[in-house]
Amino acid sequence: MAKIIGRDFIPSDIHSKVTGRAKYAEDIRMDGMLFCRLLKSPIPHARVKSLDYSEALSMEGVVSVLTADEVSQTPGPSDNILTNEPHFVGEPILAVAAVSEKIAQDAIDRIKIELVPLPFCLDPLESLRPEGPNARVDGNTIVRGEGVKEIKWKEEDFLEVAGELPMGEPGVEWSYGELERGFEDASLILDESFVTASNAHHSMEPRSAMAFWQNGKCHIYGSTQSQAIVVPGLARYIGIEPEDLVYISQYCGGGFGSKGGAYPLMAIPALLSKKTSRPVLMRISRAEEYFLGSARIGFQGRIKLGFRDDGRITAVDLYIVQENGPNTGFGDMGSAADAVSLVYTPMAMRYRGISILTNTPPRGAQRGPGQNQIAAAVEPLIDKAAKRLGIDGVKIRRLNAPDSRSLYGGSRNPVTSAHLREALDKGAKKFGWNEKKSESGSRKGSKVIGVGVGQAFHSAGSSGFDGLVRISTDGKLHIHTGVGNLGTYSYAATSRVAAEILGYRWENCEIVRGDSSKHLPWNNGQFGSNTSFTMTRTNYVAAMDALQKLKELASISLGGSWEDYDIENETVVNKGDSNLSMSYGDLAVKAIEIGGRYSGKELASDDLNEMTIRAVEGLAGTGLIGVARDNLDRTGTVPALAAGFIKIELDIETGAIRILDYLGVADCGTVLHPQGLAAQVKSGAIMGFGMACTERHFYDSQWGIPGGVGFYQAKPPSYLDVPLELGWDAVDIPDPQNPVGAKGIGEPLMGCATSALLCAISDALGGHYFNRTPVVPDMIVNAAAGQEQSHSPLQVNTQ
Amino acid sequence: MLKDTMSGFELYQPTDVDNALALVDRFGKNGWLLAGGYDSLDWFKNRGKTPVAIIDLAGVEELRGVREVGEILEIGALTTLTEIERHPLINERFSLLAEAASKVASPQIRNAATLGGNLCQDTRCWYYRYGLNCYRAEGNTCYASGPEALNREHALFGASRCVAVTPSDTGPVLVVLDAEMVVRNSKGEHIIKAEDFFMDPAVDLTRMTVLEPGDLLTAIRIPNTWAKQSFYFEKVRDRNSWDFALVSIAAAFVVEGGVVDDLRVTCGGVQCVPRRLRKVEDFVRGLPKNERTGELAAEISVSGAQVLNKNHFKVSLMKNLVKRAIRDG
Repeated sequence: MAKIIGRDFIPSDIHSKVTGRAKYAEDIRMDGMLFCRLLKSPIPHARVKSLDYSEALSMEGVVSVLTADEVSQTPGPSDNILTNEPHFVGEPILAVAAVSEKIAQDAIDRIKIELVPLPFCLDPLESLRPEGPNARVDGNTIVRGEGVKEIKWKEEDFLEVAGELPMGEPGVEWSYGELERGFEDASLILDESFVTASNAHHSMEPRSAMAFWQNGKCHIYGSTQSQAIVVPGLARYIGIEPEDLVYISQYCGGGFGSKGGAYPLMAIPALLSKKTSRPVLMRISRAEEYFLGSARIGFQGRIKLGFRDDGRITAVDLYIVQENGPNTGFGDMGSAADAVSLVYTPMAMRYRGISILTNTPPRGAQRGPGQNQIAAAVEPLIDKAAKRLGIDGVKIRRLNAPDSRSLYGGSRNPVTSAHLREALDKGAKKFGWNEKKSESGSRKGSKVIGVGVGQAFHSAGSSGFDGLVRISTDGKLHIHTGVGNLGTYSYAATSRVAAEILGYRWENCEIVRGDSSKHLPWNNGQFGSNTSFTMTRTNYVAAMDALQKLKELASISLGGSWEDYDIENETVVNKGDSNLSMSYGDLAVKAIEIGGRYSGKELASDDLNEMTIRAVEGLAGTGLIGVARDNLDRTGTVPALAAGFIKIELDIETGAIRILDYLGVADCGTVLHPQGLAAQVKSGAIMGFGMACTERHFYDSQWGIPGGVGFYQAKPPSYLDVPLELGWDAVDIPDPQNPVGAKGIGEPLMGCATSALLCAISDALGGHYFNRTPVVPDMIVNAAAGQEQSHSPLQVNTQ
Repeated sequence: MLKDTMSGFELYQPTDVDNALALVDRFGKNGWLLAGGYDSLDWFKNRGKTPVAIIDLAGVEELRGVREVGEILEIGALTTLTEIERHPLINERFSLLAEAASKVASPQIRNAATLGGNLCQDTRCWYYRYGLNCYRAEGNTCYASGPEALNREHALFGASRCVAVTPSDTGPVLVVLDAEMVVRNSKGEHIIKAEDFFMDPAVDLTRMTVLEPGDLLTAIRIPNTWAKQSFYFEKVRDRNSWDFALVSIAAAFVVEGGVVDDLRVTCGGVQCVPRRLRKVEDFVRGLPKNERTGELAAEISVSGAQVLNKNHFKVSLMKNLVKRAIRDG
C-alpha cells in the first residue's frame, strides 16, 4: 500500500515561486555584467547585403557586437543563432553588448543595414501552386534525409471543388486495412476540409538567458522545461564539450513545448560573454517572444470518414498540409494521423501529409502537437455524424474508443494500456451527460445552451534513462533528477517513488536538481507528457539499487545474507532478529568505508550515460549511491488519453460564449499527485479554450508582418473566461508497464477541452460546423445571421 | 518593428496642476503627460514616441477623486477605473459608467489606469501600433484599408483615410450622459462637450481628441440630466480580460408607461469617435420600448456603414446591440 504515491504534498519550489524569491534567468545580476540586444529582421525573408555597425561600436558604453559570421552555422533548415538570411520577421541578425539595455538598443538603432528582400510565403497552399513562392531559396518543404526540397502541385490539383483541400503529391503517406472497402461498407460518409490556426506559445517567462565563463567553463542561466537533455545541444551551439557547460534552470515560467530542449538563442549571451570576458544577460521582451519564440503548427486538412449505421468508423482518409514555419519545425501532422488511428480505431485508414515551409515564426512542439489540432478538427465531425445517424455523442465515441489491445498508426504499434472508454463513462456519469444533454439547444432570448464532449491523445512515456539517489551519513535521501522543472511539479511527484521504495518520510528527502554542477543524471526532457512514466521508472530503478545495497551492507555489518533483511522506518532490520538493525545513516557511513559500487567509487553496470557517470564520479565517497539505467520492460507506446465534458451558453446575437460547466477526466494510470493532476486538467482546459476560440497568429499578406505580438493581441484566455470551478477526475487504472502504474497526461487535457468546446458551440448553433479554429465571435455572428464568413474556407492567417 | 526598450527621458513629477501646466508649456511638443501609463508605456517601450520630458501626473492629488459640485458630479481625470467601478455615487446615479469601467482591460490594469487615460488613449489599430508609417503616424498610406488587410477591428463609419476606431469604453458612455470635459492650459480653463471631445479624423487624423498641445484634461463633469435613468451598456470582445471592444453600445432611456420619452445611444468600436446614433434616437423617441422598435432602430443604426475586407460582421453585431439596448435597456 503506497504511503507517499497518490498523496498531495507541497513541492519545495512552490514557496519561492509564490513569494517571488525564485530567481529566473533574467533576475541574475553580476558585477560588470553587460546587457545584450538583438538586431532583428523587419521583413519576412531577406539577404543581408551590407551591415555597418562602426558607429554603434564607437558609442560610449557599447562593448561588442556579435555577427552571424562569428557563430556556428548549421545547414538549413535548422534554427540559427544569428543569420545573414533571415527567414521570418524578428529573426536575429546581430547582437550588441553594452553596459545597459538602453545603450544596446540605442546602438542597434544606429546600425546601417541593407537588406535585399526575397520572396516570402505565408500560406502553404500558395507555395504548392506551380508558380507559388518558396519560403527558402532552395525549396518549400523538407524531405527526410534529403533536407530542403521543392514540391509543387499541378494546376489541375487546384481545380477540385471550391472550398475543399486540393490533394496533390504528398510528402509522406501510410495506410492500413482495406480503405475502399471501408468506405463501401459505410452508410454515412463525411468528406470535410478544415483549418486549424497556428498560435504562439506565449510563455509567461520569455526565453531570456544569462551567461558567464569561469575556469574554462561556460555557465548559463536559461529558461527551459528540461535540464539534462539541454546540455549536449547547448554545448554544441556554443562549441564546447558538454562537461564544460554548467547549465542552470531551476524554474521555467512556461514552455508548453517551446523550451523542451536547447535552442540556439541561448548561445548568444554565451558567445558574447566569451568575446568580452564579462557576464552577459540577454533579456527577451514580450514582443520578441512573439516574433522569435515559437508557435504551434497550423493545419489545412481534409478528412473523409466512413461510418456504419451504428456509428462504428469503417474507414478514414486523412490529408494534412502542415504550416511548418521556415525551419525544422515539428512532426505535428504525423502525430495527428496517429491520434486519429488510436482515438477512433478506424478499421482502415490512409494518411497523407506534406509539410510546407513558411516565413512565419519557427515552429516547435506545442502541448499536444498535432494531436490537439486534429482533435479540434475531427471531434465536431464525429458529432455531425452522430447527429445524422441519431446516435448519442458519448455512445459513438465509446464505440470507436481504443482499449489496451488496440494497435495504432501506420505501423500498427501496440499500447501499454488504454482506458478512454472508462474515462468517457466516468465523465458522463459525473458530469450528468444525459441530463445536461437534454438541455441542449434550449433557448432563453438570444442565449442557447450547448453541450459537448471531446477527446484527445498523446504518447506519454519513454524509457532507457538513468536514475540516481544518494543516502548521506545523516540518513537523508537525496534524489538527483535531471529532468527539469517545467512547472507541473512532476519532477517532484516522480521523485517520490524513490522515497516510497525506500520507506522514507518525505521530510527526510531532498530533491537535487536545477544545476548541472550538482551531479545530475542523464534524464529525458520535460516534454511530450513523458515525465510521469519515464521518471517514475528511473527513480524506481535507482531506489531499488540503493535498497539492494542497504541490505547487502547490513548483512556485511551484521551477518547473514542480504535476503535476511528488510526495511522499516529508515532502518534495515534483520527479519528474524529485530535487534540486528542499522540506520540508513550508519549504512551510508559503511558504504563510504567499503567504497566500491556502494559509494560510487566504482560502477556496477556499464550501460549508464556519460553524464550519469560524471555525476556519480562527483558524488563518489559521499554516501550510499543508488544508480541504474531504466532497463524495465516497455513493449508499446504509453497513451495518455482524456475526455472533456462541457456545457456552455452561447449568445447568438453577439457570439459571446459563457462556459457554465466543465469536467476533464484523465486516463493517466495511477494518480501520482492529485493536486498536480487537478492543476493540469484545469489549466490544460483553459489553454484548450484559447485554442478553440481566441488564439491565433495572423499576418498581413502583403507585408508579411505579424499582428499578434502582445498578450492583448494574441489573446490567451484568463481566469475571467472560465467558471470559478472546473471539474476533474481520473480513471486511476494502473499501467502495467510502470512500476507504480503511472502514465503521463499533460497534453491531451488541452485537446479534449478544445474539442469539447467546439462541439458545444456547434451544438448550440443547431449543428453548424465551422471546421476551423479558432471560432471567433465574428464567425458566430455571421453564421447566426446566415451570412458569409469573411475568410475563404481554407484561408490561413485570419485575424 | 517593435523595439521593447525605452529611450532615455527626463522625468518630472509635479504635485499640482499649475506646475504640470508650466512643464507642459516649457517642453511643448517634446513633453508627454503620463497618467496611468497603460497607453504611454507601450509607446515608450517601442520607441514609437520618444519624448524628451515625461510629466508624471501621479502626484497631482487635485486630479483625483469624485466630487459633487451642486447638481453636477465631477470626476478627476486621474481617478482610476477601479475607483469609478466601485464608487457609490457613480453606481447610484450613473451605473452605466461604473459598468463600462468594469469592462476595461483587466482588474490589474483598472487599478492603475485612469478615466482620463481611457478617454485620451490612442487607437489600437494593429498596423499603427506595430510602428508602420501610416497616415496616423504622419506617413502616406493606410495599411488597414487594403483589399487584403486584416481589419476586423476597424471602422464602419466616418473613415477618412485612416480606418481606426476609438478603443475607449468610457467615451461612448460619457457622450450618452452628456458629460463635459474640463480642460486647463496656461491661459485658463475651458469646457468641451464629451461629444465634441473626440477628434474627427477628417479634421486631424494624428490625434484622437481635440486637446491641443499645452492642454490638460483635469476633470469630467456629468450633469444630473440622465441620473438614475434606464441604462444599457454592452461590450462585445473576444475574451473577458484585456480586450478592446469589437463593438460596444451605451444607451440611456427616459421611459414613461412603456414608451420611450427620450434617449441617447452611442456605439464604440465602429468609428474613430464614439458614434452617437442620432437617427436611432429620433426614430425611437415616442415609440414603445420593445423588440419591434429595437429591430427597426437596428436597421436605421447601420445606414451608411461602409464595410472593409474583414469587418462586415460588425454590421450584424451593431444591429444586434442596438436592438438589445432598446429591448433590454
